[in-house]
Amino acid sequence: MIWESVQSLFFNLDGAETVLFTLGRWVLSILAISIGVALTVAYTTYMERRIIGWIQVRQGCNRVGPFGLLQPIADGIKLFLKETIIPAKSSKFLFVVAPVLAMVPAFIAFAVIPFGETTLFGYWDEPRVMTIANVNIGVLYVMAISSLSVYGILLAGWASNSKYAFMGAIRSTCQMISYEISMGFAIVTVLMLAGSMNLAEIVHAQQGGFWNWYLIPLFPMFLVFLISGAAECSRCPFDLPEGESEIVAGFFVEYSGFWFATFSLAEYAAMILISLVTSILFLGGWYAPFPFLDALPIPGTVWLLGKAAFLIFVFIWFRATFPRYRYDQLMRLGWKVFLPWTLAWLAVIGLLIYTPGLEWVLENPISDWIAWR
Amino acid sequence: MESLFFFIFSGLAILSAGFVVLSKNAIHSVVALIFCFFNASALFLMLGAEFLAIILILIYVGAVMVLFMFVLMMMEVNFEKLREGFMQYLPLGLMISLILLMEFAAAAASNIFVAVTHKTDPKTGEFILDEVTKNIIPKAEPLTAQVNNAAEIGKVLYTQYMFAFEVAALILLVALIGAVVLTLRTRKDVKYQSIPKQVRASKADRLRKASL
Repeated sequence: MIWESVQSLFFNLDGAETVLFTLGRWVLSILAISIGVALTVAYTTYMERRIIGWIQVRQGCNRVGPFGLLQPIADGIKLFLKETIIPAKSSKFLFVVAPVLAMVPAFIAFAVIPFGETTLFGYWDEPRVMTIANVNIGVLYVMAISSLSVYGILLAGWASNSKYAFMGAIRSTCQMISYEISMGFAIVTVLMLAGSMNLAEIVHAQQGGFWNWYLIPLFPMFLVFLISGAAECSRCPFDLPEGESEIVAGFFVEYSGFWFATFSLAEYAAMILISLVTSILFLGGWYAPFPFLDALPIPGTVWLLGKAAFLIFVFIWFRATFPRYRYDQLMRLGWKVFLPWTLAWLAVIGLLIYTPGLEWVLENPISDWIAWR
Repeated sequence: MESLFFFIFSGLAILSAGFVVLSKNAIHSVVALIFCFFNASALFLMLGAEFLAIILILIYVGAVMVLFMFVLMMMEVNFEKLREGFMQYLPLGLMISLILLMEFAAAAASNIFVAVTHKTDPKTGEFILDEVTKNIIPKAEPLTAQVNNAAEIGKVLYTQYMFAFEVAALILLVALIGAVVLTLRTRKDVKYQSIPKQVRASKADRLRKASL
């Protein structure tokens, strides 16, 4: 009796889903992803400290809880309880809004990320894509939203009314603009092969073993995308906006307490996003490297998150290995190296697709990369 | 429900557009303009034109406004002085907006906008003819979810409007080259690094064995 009345809340008499069901599904999926991202961010900082400790032959954090596992929570509580100081001569409204503007794009970009496919233990006949919004222009959406994150940094630097913060903001803007273009062209080469801007479709196009992944025909673009990604979320060796040896902490030098933590939250969320998008575009998304592994009862999400975790490890590895780029070298790399490379590879892929007699390069019995033909 | 959202988004767009003009601080104006773009993009989304909506954000908010804000922050502009001419330029501004409004009305009333209905045989689905209705004021209607915006725009852009598209691309190329030519000055008095030279340098160039 109770079960039926509960059921009637979510389904009409003919079994159709009610508005309440749709709303509930949205709220639950948004909560699942945002809480998941926030927790992942917390433990990415732990992972980063432990890995860098390991690379530099020291312990890393190991005091709070077993193996230091409670350290991110202790850090969070500490930052939350600290006093937030707003500088007297700052632009108060923008000073408070800027961290929010930095964090929101980093989180809403996850709305289109497909985390896998599921039939919900046989509840649905056809496997459905696990995403909040399965839109046709997913790639464009991710590009557009990730280009917004610069506003938080720019406004934070300007509103602080401080020289160092301002210089950090200016560096960040230049960096974003230079690397976004080569990133966009790297994505265009993927679109030329996949023939769709839907992220789930791009993953479907790479089904059936690692020899079908776009990593192989687009290997230079994969490198460009990964390095530009590191620059886009200002990770070392491209962390010029916060270069602590030159401009103290860059754009967030005036921030304290929880507003300060918000910027780190946004930065790590952006790093997780870039790792997920790279795995989806180039590393076959939720498909296992060998087709027989897909037959095992392992959810595809595990493969996707595993690939993303490896890329996060690579970013941390970068940080522990490379010294920081000088500013003019960073601009040179973006405009004079990556941009020509991506444009050239665009032409190469175009020629390989349409030159008669050369189709076998991208479409052969072993691997068929062109999904739309 | 839909008209409620329409009024929310268009109202916010108008309010923020007003704030762009009236704000005392140029940075606040830019922030308001960005907000205005977001509302316009939400209106596009309500029409089902998701490609246009995202392109608006990607190009205008993500690139153009960033540069705009960047330049404004770098420049030392005396805004109080700029504001003195506000009343002086008001009649001119009103006139321009009036002309624009009249142009919109004239365009809507002209025969440029026609409704084309594809007539197909209901049984076989074969194409019969295009029925053209003239003299209409175009009514924006949301597209169905099945229409892939990006693909449809691509189809007409690379066939029907190919010439206009190529001309626009050429104009942009000329502007690009113009900007490079204007700013390309080789200065002799600055220290400049030649990266190929640095990479090519070997131990023999730099080290000399001194006999002690």
